[in-house]
Amino acid sequence: MDSILSNAKLEPVWHTNNKIIFLLASLALFLIIFPLFGPSSFYLHLMIMIFMYAVMAQSWNIIAGLSGQISLGHAVFFGIGAYTSSFLFVEYGITPWIGIFIGMIFSALVAVLIGIPMLRLSGHYFAIATLLIGISFQLVFQRWELVGAASGLWIPLTEGSSWFAFQFHDSKAPYYYIFLIFFILTFLFAWRLSRSKIGFRLRAVRDDYQAASSLGINVAKYKIIAFAISAIVMAPMGSLFAQYILIVDPDRMFSIEISIIVLLMTVLGGIGNIWGPLIGVAILIPVSEYSRMYLGGTGGAVDQIFYGLILMLICIFRPAGLISFFPKHILERKKQR
Amino acid sequence: MTFEIILQAVVSGLLMGLIYALIAAGLSLIFGLMNIVNFAHGEHLMLSMFSSFWLWSLLGLDPIFSIPITVLMMAICGVLTHYFLIRYILKAKMLVQICATFGLSIFIRALAQFLWTPDFRSVDKPLLEGRIEIANIFIGQPQLFASLVCLFAFVILYLFVTKTETGLGLQATAQDREAAEIVGIPSNRMFAIGWAIGLGCVGVAGGMMSNYFFIFTDVGVNFALFAFVAVALGGFGSVIGCLYAGIIIGLVESLGGLLIDPSFKLLYVFAIYLLVVIYRPQGLFGRY
Repeated sequence: MDSILSNAKLEPVWHTNNKIIFLLASLALFLIIFPLFGPSSFYLHLMIMIFMYAVMAQSWNIIAGLSGQISLGHAVFFGIGAYTSSFLFVEYGITPWIGIFIGMIFSALVAVLIGIPMLRLSGHYFAIATLLIGISFQLVFQRWELVGAASGLWIPLTEGSSWFAFQFHDSKAPYYYIFLIFFILTFLFAWRLSRSKIGFRLRAVRDDYQAASSLGINVAKYKIIAFAISAIVMAPMGSLFAQYILIVDPDRMFSIEISIIVLLMTVLGGIGNIWGPLIGVAILIPVSEYSRMYLGGTGGAVDQIFYGLILMLICIFRPAGLISFFPKHILERKKQR
Repeated sequence: MTFEIILQAVVSGLLMGLIYALIAAGLSLIFGLMNIVNFAHGEHLMLSMFSSFWLWSLLGLDPIFSIPITVLMMAICGVLTHYFLIRYILKAKMLVQICATFGLSIFIRALAQFLWTPDFRSVDKPLLEGRIEIANIFIGQPQLFASLVCLFAFVILYLFVTKTETGLGLQATAQDREAAEIVGIPSNRMFAIGWAIGLGCVGVAGGMMSNYFFIFTDVGVNFALFAFVAVALGGFGSVIGCLYAGIIIGLVESLGGLLIDPSFKLLYVFAIYLLVVIYRPQGLFGRY
């Protein structure tokens, strides 16, 4: 049974032959023209959720898959993104388009500030610390009067749709395209990152930090960089989701369920591979949305039972994720002459 | 603020600390034995509180008398956890181990919520009720009794681990799994025993707490977090370290709540965690 980190063969699908490019291009084209078919708003919502969670899972994949640190409090960056853009809009009328970028900067700052003291932690201690940080942030925001404490921020409705205020009341299509753009950008970014020098150094740190350190890689610096990049990818999703549902409250934005689900989707699909999160999301989000539709509400927690079960089963039987079911020749890099 | 109020906070922190210590001891035992952190520890605590609650509500058994049954059930639960889950991930990477026990915690909590709804429950009119007064300090009887039972269980655990043959076998397996197997200590059985004892500790703590604590599906989360902190503070795999660490956490929690702001209790404990893992990663009583 392969373990997650030792299968160097399962690195990204990065041999860019014509077949793969054609496949990806046609998929992208389909996603672009999808709203033109006039799907019901449920399907648009479903696709929006898939894009959003795919980006979030990719963010988790960068910290866990590339640098090998398990974060159990990733909702922190989601919440910071959501709160920053919403607060700026509600209090100062700054358009969320700028707020998104300020949220990314804040998120990266928090990641660096958290990262510096936690540099020396590894493994279990890091995971426990992130779990505590996630809960601490929720606790602080629940009692922080400036940002509305437990009831959160309510984003005022505009009359009609407005690009400035980032609100579209007639149709979900604008949201769809905005999420789609972020989704494509994130995947291109993750793809470039995994091939870049930073990506290789991060993997070296992950696989053997002593060897990496002896080759002159500043282990501490790269761990922080990975954490900050991961935070930067996560934050815009918080901002966009806040504009999508128009309410920001600590229970939803800093929910531990967000931290759980990004972990689950990545582990299910295949950790450390940029396509892993996409596979996990494509399976879990429809299941979750349909189960919410048919089983109703969150009170029964039926979906959570399945999440826990899936997570345990995948850890026992397929620790490399569902992507390891794909034939080897697709996953492996072609030997270069 | 008078001296008496502070003394009152110290006493209640001390009583709570003894319970944290026992919960942490179970976690530390498993952690030290097989280097796996049981992220479902809080959910196991929740299960033991519910076991005690159902024995009271269905059979009319007072939580004090149902302790042995609860402990036995939790021990079986520990063996089953080992047999069905942990056994398979012993040699896996740490990433997989964290995800597996984290998955177990989600599963147990969601299942409990599904079966029993997230309502708050409590045991009405337990045998132990009321409070006693010593020199103007009020001590709740159930709290006092729970802490004493936990301390007693802790002493038994300590004697078991350091004095009996099985306990020494556990220690040997914790130090070097393969060397222990060579001298004839079956590591798989030791792991199962470790899980049984670890969750048995949780059973004692949960059973006693069901006397005076609200019982609901998320009750274990904070206790598990405090237990993680206590294990880090007490030192990796050190059982006696957990006792001191648990008491320190109990005191910080209650004094911090009294002197600064009670709603941020978790943050003070978290600050201790960060200080310890940064400046003394081996913990206060760690061997290395």
